[in-house]
Amino acid sequence: MLELNKENFDAEVINYTEKPVFVDFWGEKCQKCLELMPDVHKLEEKYGDKIKFASLNTSQNRRLAIAQKVLGLPTMIVYVNGEKAEVLTPDKISSAADIEEMLKRFYK
Amino acid sequence: MANIHDIIIIGGGPAGLSSGLYGSRAKLDVLIIEKGNFGGQMSTTAEVENYPGSIENATGPSLTERMRQQAEEFGTKFVKDEVVGVDFTGDIKVVKGKNEEYQGRTVIIATGAEPRLAGFKNEVELRARGVSYCATCDADFFEGLDVAVIGGGDSALTEAIYLTKFAESVTIIHRRDELRAAKSLQEKAFNNPKIKFIWNSVPVEARGEEIVEGLIIKNVKTGETSEIPVNGIFVFVGLDPITEVFRGHIEMDERGYIITDTEMRTNVEGVFAAGDVRQKTLRQVITAAADGAIAVIAAEEYINEKFK
Repeated sequence: MLELNKENFDAEVINYTEKPVFVDFWGEKCQKCLELMPDVHKLEEKYGDKIKFASLNTSQNRRLAIAQKVLGLPTMIVYVNGEKAEVLTPDKISSAADIEEMLKRFYK
Repeated sequence: MANIHDIIIIGGGPAGLSSGLYGSRAKLDVLIIEKGNFGGQMSTTAEVENYPGSIENATGPSLTERMRQQAEEFGTKFVKDEVVGVDFTGDIKVVKGKNEEYQGRTVIIATGAEPRLAGFKNEVELRARGVSYCATCDADFFEGLDVAVIGGGDSALTEAIYLTKFAESVTIIHRRDELRAAKSLQEKAFNNPKIKFIWNSVPVEARGEEIVEGLIIKNVKTGETSEIPVNGIFVFVGLDPITEVFRGHIEMDERGYIITDTEMRTNVEGVFAAGDVRQKTLRQVITAAADGAIAVIAAEEYINEKFK
């Protein structure tokens, strides 16, 4: 999965228009994020042909996360043409199934 | 025909994992169904200082992993699935997951509880944009910033102390003028130079367009409101049980906690409840673990009588 940072975020997410971009905002101390990660990798295998998968380590890229208005983990965002199309906040994610449901809406 | 388990445990927190350990040690066929992350609330707790023996490496995730491994070593099986329905009417209990249907001679409900909302304006709208219920998850964002903690119990103080490692200041807002938390925690908090207290006050509104920029609080004695400039609001005001899926199937109190006897038996034969999900006074890792063990002994006795 593509690792985002402040150098590549604009090119890979904001200015990217080919397909929707799914970004997994996670942190090194976020247990729920770490548990979800293998499932997110599986989702990439399933949906990766029509949705670009990326992750952002917020522990290393705090300012970038805050600039995206992300201050809680885990947060999952789908960007379409550089705009936030859907945001899943932690309360909306009880299992990977919730992430999959969001992805299905962009898998066209 | 599907495999019929001796015990199906719903929930992989300390109650469920202890049930798994005791059940598999008794050579029963035990399955734990967990929808998200093992450990439940324990897995997002920075330090578990009040569980006996948990001194070195006493973080929630580490204790979770040790409990899980121990249960697994004795033969507990685990599956990741979300329970969406149950049928407790027959001798064989049916638990319907999103992925699969499970059958068991007994069921132990150990789904636990989740943080309760404090009920201030914009609490939901600004969730994950400054409003948080998990300090270990989100503390990183608030390095060098000012945060508020809502609550006065053990969780509120433990997490406030943890937050001081990151935040510039931590202001604890408490509705009364004294704390419920353990005295040792109070002492630690009072002696921490980064922690301030605002007494007799409740949160009214989180301010901020896209992220939290302040918190409006109200003094319950004087009715006066004021705003404190914070970027983070951490809420620890209690718990709500996770029992929606069992509504109508077993007896609960008006808040949704499952009612059991001292052996963890619910009003339905063969169905037990353990841990925070149960109506009781003290909700801690240690009481959850104890419930889990007791539930298994009661379940085993029931199986021996019913299915011999």
